[in-house]
Amino acid sequence: MSSTAPSQDGLALPGFAAPVADAQACFRAVLDAMAHPGRIVAAGAGLRPPAPLAPAAAAVLLTLADADTPLWLDPALAAAAPWLAFQCGAPAAALAASAFVVTTALPALEDIARGTDAVPEAGATVILQIAALGTGPALRLSGPGLAAPALLAAEGLPAAFPSFWARNRALFPRGIDLLLCAGTRLAALPRSVTSVAP
Amino acid sequence: MKGYNFAYLDEQTKRMIRRAILKAVAIPGHQIPFGAREMPLPYGWGTGGIQVTAAILGADDVLKVIDQGADDTTNAVSIRRFFAATAGVRTTTRTAEASVIQTRHRIPETPLTEAQILVYQVPQPEPLYRLEPSRSETTQMHALADYGAMHVKLYEDIARWGQVAISYDYPVMVAGRYLTSPSPIPAFDNPKLHRMPALQLFGAGREKRIYAIPPYTDVRSLDFDDHPFAPPHARGACALCGATDAYLDEVVIDDRGRRMFVCSDTDHCATRRDAGHLGAEGVAP
Repeated sequence: MSSTAPSQDGLALPGFAAPVADAQACFRAVLDAMAHPGRIVAAGAGLRPPAPLAPAAAAVLLTLADADTPLWLDPALAAAAPWLAFQCGAPAAALAASAFVVTTALPALEDIARGTDAVPEAGATVILQIAALGTGPALRLSGPGLAAPALLAAEGLPAAFPSFWARNRALFPRGIDLLLCAGTRLAALPRSVTSVAP
Repeated sequence: MKGYNFAYLDEQTKRMIRRAILKAVAIPGHQIPFGAREMPLPYGWGTGGIQVTAAILGADDVLKVIDQGADDTTNAVSIRRFFAATAGVRTTTRTAEASVIQTRHRIPETPLTEAQILVYQVPQPEPLYRLEPSRSETTQMHALADYGAMHVKLYEDIARWGQVAISYDYPVMVAGRYLTSPSPIPAFDNPKLHRMPALQLFGAGREKRIYAIPPYTDVRSLDFDDHPFAPPHARGACALCGATDAYLDEVVIDDRGRRMFVCSDTDHCATRRDAGHLGAEGVAP
């Protein structure tokens, strides 16, 4: 970690200390989360991205985003844009054309890329920053990856989230995949999650 | 390791493969195209599996590689050495010790756990290929979940032979949506795909496709109500360890046609012999 004061745009803040090993560790955490929906994993510990971008969200982007992945950044996170541009080189794009959507509030499902029946993988990965994971109201998840329905406690999801997810699920195999990030914690809801109930 | 990035592939390639793997997990059984790289061994030797393994492998992983169940065949030995040299990871032949298992055409007999990842080498990821060689056509068939042609093939097999004449690469439905090739594993192994606790990743290098079966996912081998899926079992016991519930290879042992059955899974067989199980011609290791 650099001891110099970060500049106004956060550009001076470092990325991964060990880019190869840290990206691998973060990828395995995200893979673990995607393979086990609702499982809370650690990501981005030791990373200091420009506020208000959460370390977990920043780690996911350093791990997966690059010049090949158009990225849409919530205006509320605009302070991190120069840092992300420098660290990942992901081109900024319109919401509907982005592979990664990084946001503090869920956009309307219809505004995000959902893929096509032939190319469902073109559906976006939405990285949603919320207040907390592991505390707050619990959601009951079921679907592939879960031996039995799992509970995910999350604080800061919109009240209408179950109906948002039901509409996303109805599109399957089209749809979006969701990564919930809070601080250095992360949980995933891949589109294969069949039901989300309060 | 000198002269190479960790695990051989460059970081941009790993990111591309990692993105494909994550989408593959999110859409169980769906084949995701990826930019397969040229690897330092030819197509058909597991280039797809190697690229998937290279993208997931970390310094703490313990890698096992099997070829038709055996740890000591050329393909398995060279891939294990490749990762020992380019990633410096610990390798093992023990199924229970491995965190990542790359396999060609078998699923280990020892049940896998949530802490393990099984990586398959896949020659032909498209289960409909023999029925419809056009990739654009099969893409549409998958988009529409139009798998009637495969049911007709199974029906014709039953009408002609009295049974489904597929002994390996037996097509499965993953999570009730996608018709998927389990890679050329024997149909004997198909029941292990169903609700397996380990994550299963499939890599096809020449065909440039990655797909996945998440843990605890329903995987149904295609069949009919009046002709339920019934994987064949060898009529015999392993000559070395006496196992009757494992997948057995039939080996011709002399020029008078004498044969013996031995476990295809060499680690399973050795573990059983270590535990004192001996077959007709077995000796304690």
